Parts: sequence; C-alpha cells; structure tokens
Amino acid sequence: MSDRLRVVLVDDHAMVRAGVRAELGDAFDIVGEAADVPAAVSVITSTHPDVVLLDVHLPGGDARAVLDACLNAVPGTRFLALSVSDAPEDVVATVRGGARGYVTKAISGEDLLDAVRRIAEGDAVFSPRLAGFVLDAFSGAPAERDDELDRLTPRELEVMRLIARGYTYREVASELVLSIKTVETHVSAVLRKLQLSDRRELARWAAARGVV
Amino acid sequence: MVQGLSLMPDRVCRRDDGDVSTAYAPVRASRPVHGRVVAGVAAGLAGNLRLPLWVVRAAFIVLAFAGIGLVLYAVFWAVLPLDVDPADPQAASARSADTLRLLALAALAVGLGLLLTAVGVNLFGGTIVPLIVAVFGAALVWRQTDDEQRDAWADAAGQAARRTAGTAATAGRWRILIGIALVVLALIALLASRTNPLEALQGLAIAMLLLAGVAVVAFPWVYRAYRAQSEQRRALIRSEERAEIAAHVHDSVLQTLTLIQRNADDPAEVNRLARTEERALRSWLYAPTGDPERSFAAAIQREATEVETSYDTTIEVVTVGDCLLDAGLGATVAASREAMVNAAKHGGGQISVYAECREDLAEVFVRDRGDGFDLEQIPEDRHGVRESIIGRMERNGGSATFRTTPTAGTEVHLRMARASEGAS
Repeated sequence: MSDRLRVVLVDDHAMVRAGVRAELGDAFDIVGEAADVPAAVSVITSTHPDVVLLDVHLPGGDARAVLDACLNAVPGTRFLALSVSDAPEDVVATVRGGARGYVTKAISGEDLLDAVRRIAEGDAVFSPRLAGFVLDAFSGAPAERDDELDRLTPRELEVMRLIARGYTYREVASELVLSIKTVETHVSAVLRKLQLSDRRELARWAAARGVV
Repeated sequence: MVQGLSLMPDRVCRRDDGDVSTAYAPVRASRPVHGRVVAGVAAGLAGNLRLPLWVVRAAFIVLAFAGIGLVLYAVFWAVLPLDVDPADPQAASARSADTLRLLALAALAVGLGLLLTAVGVNLFGGTIVPLIVAVFGAALVWRQTDDEQRDAWADAAGQAARRTAGTAATAGRWRILIGIALVVLALIALLASRTNPLEALQGLAIAMLLLAGVAVVAFPWVYRAYRAQSEQRRALIRSEERAEIAAHVHDSVLQTLTLIQRNADDPAEVNRLARTEERALRSWLYAPTGDPERSFAAAIQREATEVETSYDTTIEVVTVGDCLLDAGLGATVAASREAMVNAAKHGGGQISVYAECREDLAEVFVRDRGDGFDLEQIPEDRHGVRESIIGRMERNGGSATFRTTPTAGTEVHLRMARASEGAS
C-alpha cells in the first residue's frame, strides 16, 4: 500500500474537492486539501506529496503564488493545473510557473487518474486546449533571436497537432508510428520550451497576468 | 431590463460635471442650428426669453452701437451651447459654419475699426479695442473647453466618430493658445496705453512672478483634486462593471439555478440546463472576442455551441490562428457543422474539433469516439455526408477525407486552400 501515490488537492470550492476526492480516493492517498494560497503552501511543505492538483484561481493569489513558494521547498512534488478557466494567459502563466500540465475540470475521472500517474512519473500532461495554445504561441514567424527554445521541431508540431485534435498519447504514438515513451519525450520537450522560451507571444500572455 | 435599470443611475452621475449633464435640458438657452443669421445667439435667447426674434436682434444692434452689444454677443456665443441634434446631418456642418461666420464678423469689426480711425477717432490709444480683444480671446478659450466637454459626452454616446480625435485635439489646442495669446496681448496693450512701456514691462514681470507664486502654492491642491477626480471616475467605472456582472449573474445564473431546483427530479433536464448555462457563462467570460460573421475561429466556435445545444452533447473546440471568412472558409464552416452533427447523431463519446488557420491553408478535424462507419455503405438518409460535406468542400476547391475505424471512431478532415490575398 505504501507505493500508492500521495496527492494534495488545492481548490477553493469544497464541492470540487469532494468530487475530485471521490474520483481519485480509491486509487491514491489524498493526504491534504487546501482552499487558499497560505493553506496550500503549508499543507504541501508539511506533507511532501507526489502530486498536487492545483486550481489556477485561488483566494489570496493564484496558482503562481503556490508554485513560487513550493517548487524549491519540495523538489520531489509535481504540480498539475486543474481549472475551469479557458483563458490562455491563466493556463500559460501557470505552466510557465512550474506546473507540468494542465487539464480542465471537465476531464473524465479515468483521464484524471491517468494524468496524475503521468505527472507523478515526471511526464507532462497536455490537454487538447493547452496543445492549441502552444501551437498558437509558437506559430507564425520565429522570434527575432532564432533561439532553439523559440521554435518547435516538425515532430513536436505533429505531436501537438494530434493532441489538439483530441488524440491520446497512445493514439498519437500509433498514428506517428512511435513508442509512447517517445511521444512523452516530445511532449516534455515542448513543456520545457513553453516554460523557458521568451517568445513575444508567451511574454505577452505572461505580462497580461502581471507575471514575467 | 434589470441591467438597464441598475445602470441608469451610474450613467447619469458619470457625467460628474453638472454643466454638461444639463446642457441639453430644455430650460437652458442654447443656440439653434437652423434659422440663424450669425451664430444663433439671438434666436437662442429669443426662444428662451419668449420674446419675438426681431426684438432681440434689434436690441443687439442698438447695443452694438454703444460698443457693449458686440461684447455681449461674443460672450453669449461663447457660453451658450450649440443645440446639437445627433440625428441631424446639418449639425456637423454647423460648427464649421460657425468658424466661417466668426471670421466674417471679425473682418467686419476690423473694417469698422479702420473706418472709425480714418474718421479720426483714436481707437488704439483707448481701452475699447484691447478690452474687445481680451473678451474675444477669453471667449475662444471658454468655447473650446465647452466644446471639449461636449465632445467627450458625444464620444461616450458613440456619436462623434466622424471626426478623427487627433486633428480635433490639435485644432482645439491651437484655439486655446490663440485665445490666451489674445488675452495677454490685450492686457499688455491696456497697460501700455496707461503707462510708459518700461513700467508696463515691469508690471508684467511682477504679474508673472505673482502668477508663478500662486501656481506653486496651488499646485498640490490642484493636483490632489485632479487625482481625486480621476480616482473617483475609476471607481465609478469599476462599480459599473460590477453592476454589469451582477446583472448578468442575476439574469442567467440565478435563473438557471432556480430552474434546476424546480426540475430536480429530471436528471436529463438538469444536465441540459447546467450545460447550457455553463456554455453561456463561459462564452461570456472567456469569449474569443471574434465576430462569427467575419472570424473563422469564432464561426467554428458558434457552430459547435449550436450543435452542442441541439444534440445535447459536448464538443471540445480548439482553434489555432484565425482569419477572415471568405466563400471557401464559409463552406468549410458549414461542412464542419455537418460533420459535428453527424458525430453527435451517429458517433458518440467525446467530440473533438480542431480548427487551424495558417497562411495558405485552413484545416478542420472533427473527431468522435463512436463505432465508425463504412463510407461505401452510407445509408440513403445520410447523404449529408456526401453532399453537405464532401460535395460542398470540393465545389469550393477544398477536400474532405474520412477516417473511420470501429475502435477509434471517425475523424473528418476538411482542407481548404486560402486565397492568396488572405495571406497578406
């Protein structure tokens, strides 16, 4: 039993936490819940969970504040953003802040279980919507400074397009005749570029949220 | 209704300057656009005082010979607002006509002055000419500030789009500068006529020093008042926004919640209500602010929402890039709708729509997780696929391909090359 993943839920709506707990409780140990930024920080730093499900909008700051406070304090913990927000700047700011993925709250219980497992293994989880944002941000002319971080490889573009079309990693793998592991590597590479690139479009999204 | 009512008081008090908000009240005199000889001052006064027009005009003419009439006329001209009817196309030209008449009147005044000088009356040594010039300059400044307030009001009402703000602002600044220069020149002339030029200069310097002192002392108050006013305005805008959100939440969300409680025993109806409200709220909060009549992405989004509502399903739409709709893209949107309807009716599971607009190509993928079907064995009632999707795309120079497997559902792929002018 000790190898069950330990998960913390951070969301300001008790109903959402209860729903997620009901969906995940059988498979994972929910070791803590929090409804705002300070509570989240103290729960995460005291329990050292494997995965934190993090709402993008929280009272007393947003997901970014939790990420800033926790990323260095609990190096083993990985964060998955869970939000109803469709606004690209919210999502991109959270992922750039250190979350390893983003899923909407409309995600099915099964997909959420899968996403948490992937995140715990160190993979990135892209919802179709996040893949769309990435394609939007990295499309068009590359930035003036032609940094490797500022452009996606043709393979990464293909993977992102298929994810945006609603393909699962497994379906992407069979479509492109790759192993699932290779697909995961491509997605992780895109995540790294998303977090580190300073393309104008990304900077604009970040600036719209008052973060750099 | 609620929104309108709750916003009404805000709209009124937003015009924090009492002068502007009452400018169109019928009690106050204003200069009419029609039936004017010079600037409509006499007509406006006559209407307000309920006197025959000719009496007022005669009074002005008689007073003009005493000198004071012209001054009075200029002051009224400056103070009385123009009676602008936004629906009247002549109103726009009335203002430029104003300027022309002003020039004509000035020419008349100069001519009269020259005539009087020629006859032997010493105008320039006296006080009358500098006074008139000063009044004229002051009137110019007052008029301009009044115009600016009216423009601000008209802009808020969305009526003053015909003039570009930049040129209007520049012209206004020039008018204010000329007005101030006229006042200063007149005062100098007045001083110079009384004393010798050196003393006049000394007096001017002292006056400047005094003014500078007053400015330094008054600056903090003026600045604070200005800050307070803009802060107040911002607070008003905020409260207006809050009122709008409250009105929206009240209108749609609370009503839907009431409906859900009333239909608590009907899960299908509850589900439908909740989904409809979620879509409405979501599009209100995060709307890709495009116009579905012009924007490709917004049009796809709208079709998806409509299909969701009619077939009680969920469609996840991801759009990348955007472009203006043309005939080909319009056909693509219509074919996408048909594909979504097919997916909702015959497919099942989660439906994903991905629309991408690139410089040379627009693509749409519509995918369902149903059982798939055999394209060769499409029943007659599904000729929608052949006609509305494949036929429509090919007629417009595009293509539609189907990929369907019993395990992974069906994916429709629409491609439409974009016209070259769209790439620019």
